[in-house]
Amino acid sequence: MKTCLVVEDSKVIRVIAAKALQEMNFNAIEAENGEVALAQCQKSLPDFILLDWILPVKDGISFMADFKKLPGSEKVPVIFCTSRNDPKDIQTALDAGAWEYIMKPFDSEILRLKLMQTGLL
Amino acid sequence: MNQTDFSFLSNLLKEQSGIVLTADKFYMLESRLMPVAREFNMSGLDDLTLALRQRDSALTAAFTEAMTTNETLFFRDIKPFAQFKDMVLPYLFKARANTKTIRILSAGASSGQEAYSIAMIVKDALEKNPDWNIEIVGIDISSTMINKAREGMYSQFEVQRGLPIRQLLRHFSKQDDQWQIDHSLRAMVQFKRWNLLDDIAPLGKFDVIFCRYVIRSFDSPLKTRILSKFANEMPADGCLFLGLNETVLGFSSRFKLIKDVKGLYAKSPDSSASAS
Repeated sequence: MKTCLVVEDSKVIRVIAAKALQEMNFNAIEAENGEVALAQCQKSLPDFILLDWILPVKDGISFMADFKKLPGSEKVPVIFCTSRNDPKDIQTALDAGAWEYIMKPFDSEILRLKLMQTGLL
Repeated sequence: MNQTDFSFLSNLLKEQSGIVLTADKFYMLESRLMPVAREFNMSGLDDLTLALRQRDSALTAAFTEAMTTNETLFFRDIKPFAQFKDMVLPYLFKARANTKTIRILSAGASSGQEAYSIAMIVKDALEKNPDWNIEIVGIDISSTMINKAREGMYSQFEVQRGLPIRQLLRHFSKQDDQWQIDHSLRAMVQFKRWNLLDDIAPLGKFDVIFCRYVIRSFDSPLKTRILSKFANEMPADGCLFLGLNETVLGFSSRFKLIKDVKGLYAKSPDSSASAS
């Protein structure tokens, strides 16, 4: 079973995303900010990451800068999941290494389709 | 709603659109027709049915629109579009070298996502083949859907259903909380209101027909008729994309499944206008 690291400071969204992922037969682990997520990745890399942008302590973009230094990280799809929906912001996330991008609000169908496009489903 | 009214409404829908309303779709009637009743200042479905029995043409059109509108998405099922890009288009670029013209139909175009998915692929292909003329025609029974398709304006939810983020950035511009597909892509597709029950010959011949998740709502004789119409408007090497769970088996001998390619059909070698 593939493991997804859900990096999200809102507990409500974290739980909703984790539940949707579990229904698609993924194992979900949760991190509430970029620093916790990075520590988790240093222990072991997940199969893919669902990453919020605006986070306390360490945000999504600066998480990416550190995450990309980890060996093997280039094979781990990162899907941004954020309320930022300006084309310039989306381009910034792609430049930082995002594979796909979800604009909030989203539903489990959007999540499923994005995972399909990323080849995870 | 009583059985007589349900039968009347399902017969009317079939006559107008070919769609068979099975008893398990009963729930759709209320959710789809209550907004129509409100629009025409009626108290509910009983009044609406009564008025439809008087053959009010504006109301009949609104009823048909409401019952035939279906949600769709960009690059639905992904694979058929990869097959179109990697198999069908390269073949046609060779086979149509004389005329340098390719015509593609999106039948049951709804709000345009399928036609625009095709257009995005075609736009890329045209960069290497700039002197080709590739026409994409989208038809749908609903004028509301056709107008929406022409405008190419989608909600944030709609552009996240099937559309890869890089394609969104490349081909759409953000207008407040909506996203509009670029003019260059809108100019590549002609959308027309058209009922598949009518003659489709005036639309011209098509090398490729996408008719996905449409014929599943038709009864067997109508499936046969529609597939024959398609075959009549295609050259011998034309191809047809159906939905993944749809088939010609048992309805038409005029198409055959391309081996190992789910949902993609070629015309049968012996296909003729007299065969069904």
